[in-house]
Amino acid sequence: MLAYLARRLLTMVLTLLVISALVFVIIQLPPGDYLTTLIAELQSQGEQVAQAKIDFLRQQYGLDRPMIEQYGIWLWGFLHGDLGFSFEYNKPVAQVVGDRLLLTVLLNVATILFIYVVAFPIGVYSATRQYSWGDHGLTFLGLLGLATPNFLLALILMYLANVLFGTSIGTMMDPQFIDKPWSWAKVASVLEHLWVPVLVIGTSGTAGMIRRLRANLLDELQKQYVVTGRAKGLAAGRLLVKYPLRMAINPFVADIGSLLPSVVSGSVIVSAVMSLQTTGPMLLSALQSQDMYLAGSFLMFLALLTVVGMFLSDVLLAVLDPRIRLGGGAQR
Amino acid sequence: MNDPLPHYVDSAPFNVYETEHLTPQQERFYMAPQWRLIWWKFRGHVVAVAAAMILAAFYISILFSEVLAPYSRDTKHVDFIYAPPQSVHLFHDGRFVGPFVYGLKYQLDMETLKRTYSADRSKVERLRFFCLGEPYRFWGLVEGRFRLVCPAPGGQMFLLGTDRLGRDMLSRLIYGARISLTVGLIGIAVSFVLGISIGGVAGYFGGWIDAVVQRIIEILKSLPELPLWMALSAALPVSWSPILVYFGITIILGLLDWPGLARAVRSKLLALREEDFCIAARLMGASPRRIIGRHLLPNFMSHLIASATLSIPSMILGETALSFLGLGLRPPVTSWGVLLTEAQNIEAVALYPWLLAPMVPVILTVLAFNFLGDGLRDAADPYS
Repeated sequence: MLAYLARRLLTMVLTLLVISALVFVIIQLPPGDYLTTLIAELQSQGEQVAQAKIDFLRQQYGLDRPMIEQYGIWLWGFLHGDLGFSFEYNKPVAQVVGDRLLLTVLLNVATILFIYVVAFPIGVYSATRQYSWGDHGLTFLGLLGLATPNFLLALILMYLANVLFGTSIGTMMDPQFIDKPWSWAKVASVLEHLWVPVLVIGTSGTAGMIRRLRANLLDELQKQYVVTGRAKGLAAGRLLVKYPLRMAINPFVADIGSLLPSVVSGSVIVSAVMSLQTTGPMLLSALQSQDMYLAGSFLMFLALLTVVGMFLSDVLLAVLDPRIRLGGGAQR
Repeated sequence: MNDPLPHYVDSAPFNVYETEHLTPQQERFYMAPQWRLIWWKFRGHVVAVAAAMILAAFYISILFSEVLAPYSRDTKHVDFIYAPPQSVHLFHDGRFVGPFVYGLKYQLDMETLKRTYSADRSKVERLRFFCLGEPYRFWGLVEGRFRLVCPAPGGQMFLLGTDRLGRDMLSRLIYGARISLTVGLIGIAVSFVLGISIGGVAGYFGGWIDAVVQRIIEILKSLPELPLWMALSAALPVSWSPILVYFGITIILGLLDWPGLARAVRSKLLALREEDFCIAARLMGASPRRIIGRHLLPNFMSHLIASATLSIPSMILGETALSFLGLGLRPPVTSWGVLLTEAQNIEAVALYPWLLAPMVPVILTVLAFNFLGDGLRDAADPYS
């Protein structure tokens, strides 16, 4: 188990290193560095920028060094919580993001939990009552859920809320709590508003999970040990929980590898559409104004979220499945 | 005892093919080439066939967008801003007139400043079919005026309403299909080439190449797609022409999609390269390129095509999402995502819900591709 953990931890760190290089390349992609943008902006406002100041800034941010060194400086700063400088807000990135990171984590974790909690009973029901009306209905709903892109779903829900109730659902908390320090009332308000985005982001993931759990469980239910168990007179519920469910639940948990990136993707666009107080809308505006350090930090953070999430799920899987912790590797 | 074991010999002439003789029906089935078996099996999936027909209709329509659309893409009707959808009637005052629409009466609500339109029941505007309408340039090249359907002379026909500049939504949808539907095809072509070559190399050579490719795939798969797409398309230079941006976006969509395909190619190749026919080809001195392309890939091409079909919708959705957010295609290029940017303002949508119309073709296309892909995947292995 320890060896497995160590190996997994090492791959995670390596993955993050590669991702950071990738993100850095993306930061550098737009022509010019952010100082040229800054200078252009200052000049357009009619301000003269002294050459000495430019040189000083250039040196301070290491922009006069070769690319690889700049990457080292950026990464080193990142590890120390210095996320770079947002020229759009004229503040260090760390101050700009505020509690958005926390809310993003909350939103994504809640969505993942929602998907598992909803998909599990429905998947089991669909598989054990295959081709019943309930199964057909749920399968159809699932297909619709899979095909409706979540940002369109968000639009439809917002439209319905606007027309039917005359309210706006596009927020993460009551307006009076925005940018205020955390308090119990704020937490309660966030939890109150959380369910709409969670529902919107989670729909397609839930539909996919139901389909997969149903298929896995159906495979297991046809196996001979189930027939044997039934022939020996084991009660149906006990038989299901004791054997096939335990087998089918493994790929269900392992699937988080494909679920997590799509949930994070979905949360970005849904929060941009619904203008939630998470990283999504800010990432969008940072990209639109080419505020690349801010955008890069968000990208890195989102990647970190997925990679760490996958690591945690792998650990969970190793606890569940002795074949993995004894070194067989995950069977996906 | 000269014959201890008497045995019987048939006097009829010996025919080696006798036992293998097949009835014509059997022969037709057993000797059918693979593609025909796939077709037979695919034909059985009613839903998949229906989906294929819908998609075929969509794709044929983009060849003749100019003819199908009642108006040109950018024609502005300044007198009909945010006009609601008109419905087509057949009977007027109990008398059969043929397909027609009632004229629109415009009022400005002075209190809410909302534009209200109502059907003017005295104006019967008959639709014309196969008519000469607004001039257009067919694919931007040939000038023409022939259209499938035109409004009555002096009348209007907004079957899906108009947008904030008074442009006909239906015409814009038809033109938007041209961009939205081809984005997925070009993207999938990029991803196909990348997936096959990278997965092929990894699977055929194995060893450290395989290990490296596997790690890259794992990393790419663990990244959330959409934020990366957003970042990459935001990095496209602003000075690029719309056509260049279009190709840039499709390539970005394809660049991140290949890992799934490469993984499928690799795992199949790993198994197949040990087969005798592969060793035989190698012994005869065929190059790896030829072995992969000529002997190995055709074995599971149908699978690849089926799984590629399943990943087209995610690209179409990707383009829609990017354009919707304003990071993808920009006007005057018109795709369904660009049309949906009009629906970003939820207050406008509440007043003019027909702005959401582009959702319908998006969802239809995605569903159709999913059903088609499912059917193809089932049919791809006709020998099972």
